[in-house]
Amino acid sequence: MTTAAATASGEIQGRSLWQDAWARLRRNRLAVVCIFVLGFVILFCTVGSLLCNWSPHVTNLDLKAKPPGYEETLDRETWLRHKYDDLAPEEEQRFAQALKAGEGPENVTLRHWLGTDTLGRDLLARTMQGGRVSLMVAGIATAVALLIGVTYGAVAGYLGGRTDDKMMRFVEILRALPFLIFVILLTTMFGTRLWLIYLSIGAIEWLTMARIVRTQVLGLARQEFVEAARSLGLPTSRIIFRHIIPNVLGPVIVYATLTVPAVMLLEAGLSFLGLGVQPPQSSWGTLISEGADQMETYPWLLAGPAALFSITLFCLNFAGDGLRDAMDVKTAKD
Amino acid sequence: MLRFTVSRLLQAIVVVFAVFTLTFFMVRLAPGDPLATEKAIHPDVKRSLQERYHLDKSLPEQYALTLKSYFAGDLGPSMKHQGMWNAKIISDSWPVSLTIGLMALIIAVAIGIPAGVIAAVRRNTWVDNSAMSMALLGICLPGFVMGPLLIALFGIKLRWFNVGGWYEATDWVLPAATMGIIYAAYIARLTRGGMLEILNQDFIRTARAKGVPELKIVTHHALRGGLIPVVAYLGPALAGITTGSFIIETIYNLPGLGSHFVNAAVNKDYTLVLATTVLFATLLVFVNFFTDILVAWLNPKVRLT
Repeated sequence: MTTAAATASGEIQGRSLWQDAWARLRRNRLAVVCIFVLGFVILFCTVGSLLCNWSPHVTNLDLKAKPPGYEETLDRETWLRHKYDDLAPEEEQRFAQALKAGEGPENVTLRHWLGTDTLGRDLLARTMQGGRVSLMVAGIATAVALLIGVTYGAVAGYLGGRTDDKMMRFVEILRALPFLIFVILLTTMFGTRLWLIYLSIGAIEWLTMARIVRTQVLGLARQEFVEAARSLGLPTSRIIFRHIIPNVLGPVIVYATLTVPAVMLLEAGLSFLGLGVQPPQSSWGTLISEGADQMETYPWLLAGPAALFSITLFCLNFAGDGLRDAMDVKTAKD
Repeated sequence: MLRFTVSRLLQAIVVVFAVFTLTFFMVRLAPGDPLATEKAIHPDVKRSLQERYHLDKSLPEQYALTLKSYFAGDLGPSMKHQGMWNAKIISDSWPVSLTIGLMALIIAVAIGIPAGVIAAVRRNTWVDNSAMSMALLGICLPGFVMGPLLIALFGIKLRWFNVGGWYEATDWVLPAATMGIIYAAYIARLTRGGMLEILNQDFIRTARAKGVPELKIVTHHALRGGLIPVVAYLGPALAGITTGSFIIETIYNLPGLGSHFVNAAVNKDYTLVLATTVLFATLLVFVNFFTDILVAWLNPKVRLT
């Protein structure tokens, strides 16, 4: 599509930088595969969870820490228990109704594909549920870091001088404030809401992003093309968003892909202190840290969540590299 | 340069003062009583404790007293570590974290920068892919997985090092390695990104056209600019690296400063939170100051103002 430069009317159509980037990205096979795998992981954690017969919360102390592939025969009631999660009160009602109505199979044998944890909960279901939390944390915190961090850093670096000083000292103050106290304050004011944790993690992740962008822009702001843009009389906002920011996307993408594991692990740390996800809910971070504790006795507790975590980061990095290369106008040889 | 230094020094004072003030009030806003214990304490004892920590006075008075003692160089007594001075707690635990942090930094830089440079120069070859996959391993393996793995291998199986504690001269190795490998992975990726950016610029092409050997192009021309993202990241990170990590200290059972940051906040140890935060802020301000000087040296287009 993009190769057809001339339309039917014979007019020559230009290609925007974004179209160019998209065409280059599609040619990078590894990046495309990685983007598909990422999409699959997201589907796995959302849609997969709906298709899964196991509930991530239903415990069974008779089935403590069974290895992957263990088969369990469920009667109708237990099957419904798993179908209607016992966390929400209205689910409890639906469970009772379904039990009365005779819903579900009589005796069914199902497999715990990733085994069970120390409370007999299905690890596959927990990994999916934990994935939703971790992907959300990563998505929101990284988005905050990108939106605020990049803009803030670019403005500070471009304007320079006194403004830069003031803006960066403000970042230093925020950076130095005790993060835990900040999170404790937030949770006492608004309760332990997950989105709050996401936002507060984003609120510290943008600080480093701002510094990286600002340092990069300091050098850019004095280059000829910026001077040219300024002498053409372009407004400052347009120079920053159209000329400066596209030129720092390389380091930004690299750092954004590094932010994702960092926020997932920070969330795990907060959860460990009781400030993050509340049990029985889980996240990849909490599953991995619980799994690490029992690594020698029950290695599968670590294997499943860690594998998915690693696959996600792996693909994210190569997708990020692909994006970086695609958006780099200077390396485009074609 | 002198003007820059003086101006930044004045700004540093403002930053540390702002952090001091904000932290002072933030910890007091958080719920929980620092003097609360599991056992009931006699009202008289409680009163005298409150008196000792000035908790019986109004907030502005407490603030004024604390500020005065900080100016006199006194960080006050800890509220949870009874009978301990904050200055003593810090001077006992900081050297541990500082040693491990600096060693970790050396490991991280020694592995990360060469790996990133080689990956960028040999871009999209098997060298690049394997170096970056190794880096990914470091990013995917969090400290609480890497730590136990290193302990199992070098502590239990090979018995080269102690599995934890801070008794022997070699006790820094495993914790520093755990931290260092993780940071090395970050540095390698940032170096590669920064180098790729520079290697495509016109002045590199000019150098190549003039017949400068490839090695010299990398070390003399490209590395300076390529390291800027790394420096921008490492600067602020350095304050965190040298003040210890809660996770690493828990895994290796180290008497470091990192756990004080977390425990003081969780236990509402008002005075220790304040002392550690002010220390961290001071470090951060100075590290950023030197980072900015370093960046100006690496990139001649940046001027210190």
